[in-house]
Amino acid sequence: MLDKAAITANRKYLKSKKRESLLKAILNYKYFYIMLIPILVWYIVFCYAPMYGTTLAFKTYNYSKGIIGSPWIGFAHFKEILSDFQYISAVKNTLIISFGKLILHFPIPIILAILLNEITKQRAKRFFQTTLTFPHFVSWVVLAGIITNILGQNGVVNQIITHLGMENVNFLSNPDTFRPVIYITHIWKEMGWDSIIYMAALAGINPDLYEAADIDGANRWQKICNVTWPGIRPTVAIMLILYVGNMLNIGGSFDQILNLYSSPVYSVADTIDTFIYRTTFTTGADFGYMTALGLLKSSVNLVMIYTANTIVKKSGEQGLF
Amino acid sequence: MENTVKIKKSHSISDILIIMFVGVLAVITIFPFYNVVIVSFASMNSLAEHSLYLLPYAFDLTGYVNLIKEESFYRSFLISVIVTVVGVSFNMLLSVSGAYALSKKGMPGRNIFLGAILFTMFFNGGLIPYYLVVQSLGLVNSIWAMIIPTGVSTTYLIIMKNYFNTLPESIEESAKIDGANDLMILIKIILPISKPFIATFLLFYAVDRWNDWWYALIFISDTAKAPLQIFLREMLINFNTQLNSSAQAVIDQSRSIFVQTTQMATIVISAIPMLCIYPFLQKHFAKGIMIGSIKE
Repeated sequence: MLDKAAITANRKYLKSKKRESLLKAILNYKYFYIMLIPILVWYIVFCYAPMYGTTLAFKTYNYSKGIIGSPWIGFAHFKEILSDFQYISAVKNTLIISFGKLILHFPIPIILAILLNEITKQRAKRFFQTTLTFPHFVSWVVLAGIITNILGQNGVVNQIITHLGMENVNFLSNPDTFRPVIYITHIWKEMGWDSIIYMAALAGINPDLYEAADIDGANRWQKICNVTWPGIRPTVAIMLILYVGNMLNIGGSFDQILNLYSSPVYSVADTIDTFIYRTTFTTGADFGYMTALGLLKSSVNLVMIYTANTIVKKSGEQGLF
Repeated sequence: MENTVKIKKSHSISDILIIMFVGVLAVITIFPFYNVVIVSFASMNSLAEHSLYLLPYAFDLTGYVNLIKEESFYRSFLISVIVTVVGVSFNMLLSVSGAYALSKKGMPGRNIFLGAILFTMFFNGGLIPYYLVVQSLGLVNSIWAMIIPTGVSTTYLIIMKNYFNTLPESIEESAKIDGANDLMILIKIILPISKPFIATFLLFYAVDRWNDWWYALIFISDTAKAPLQIFLREMLINFNTQLNSSAQAVIDQSRSIFVQTTQMATIVISAIPMLCIYPFLQKHFAKGIMIGSIKE
């Protein structure tokens, strides 16, 4: 009996001691909390408030009542989605484009990084890196202007085609050529930039490993397979998780597609993001319904990144979380 | 002996092949930009004469003269400069202080904050709730709509946090003994030793703000407040859609050339600020990302 009382007293003492030390720690870090306040406020207002705003997906939006006051309607909007053919077509396009980019674009920066890594002359390597990274820093607005000019009726690509004796192609308003243009221009803009992260991983490989491989008489290809590739594999895994988790955004490629497409190619190019933008701001669709479309996308994204992370972890690589 | 010579030789052949391959990629990457520059200086005659326009056949400034006459060009250029300068200051203030605080491993609650921030990379409220939040702050149709909502890039924040983690703690400890508080340490000691790194992210943010058009597209309907990217968009895309549509036959060729050279001149002029900072940017970005991507 007495023992028990003593133990509880002791526990209480320890707890209060712990609380005291926590308080002390917080006071110790008071300046860091002050530094953190602006950024936390920003995240609450611009990220978490809109997240709360997704409740609109279960409401019918009333302009005068706002997000909080609008009446609840349950899952009605989600039922509506199932019969929205335009949206279903946008989802299909998003998936096709994102898988297309995964297959066609994703491996290229890895290969490019390995190739650049094989160039021993530092100046040449730097020159190529500078050149290939440049388009990343140009906005899609400007790039789209350049692309429409180059691929247009009087553009240089059609000039070459005419010189070869073939017929002009209107790349951007032809549903057959629009998606390839999307893939190629995406590779053009981002391959250099995306390769930097792999270059960073390659720079971290211990040079002794290459020396050891040299002593064993390994040729270049063997060194790439047995030293370089294992060195960047963890980075590839992380990038793959991030890619898959962002797939619907990448497939949506809002900036790229919105600036390049026009009504003749809507059937193959309208993605979730461009569809939501177009219907919200040009036809004035119901805000609640449009929010439901967005929420569906974000939720699928979350499931996809979780799945990708689990698969990567199961295959023996380090996951993201 | 013979064997080593052989190996060396085969190496040099593959070296040449690799350089050639990457070189071709570099040429393809730069060619569209080269094309923009030569077309911006083309004259009507030269464009009509040469059915394949691959070399600078003419040096004509008509395109640039047309642009100079355009009043809305100056206005949008000025707005972009203001948004970039004010926006980057705001970006750096939030990101540097936030990243430095988040780099302190002993801070109670740090993992919760970090987790909450990382979560926003994978889940967001979507367009409509975001629009309504910005609207309720009274930012619609205000130049601040291009500055405040773009406050933090989570990717840059995390890289900066990782960088601050790599700094040895001894620097801060010695300053603390001298009685400086953590804020003073950041300003007087940490920032000066991190100059190249901070500069890299300053430039990243500057490029982002200069290139931003989404916020203006969504939140700004008053053309008097439109930034350069929106001016460009109007000029490039809307005009091209007109040109490429069936109405093309109606517009005679000389007019389409006239439009083309002006468009290309606009691109060249709007790229000048970007080109001025690119040499500084590329000098540091690879290094900056390398330091920042070191895992804890």
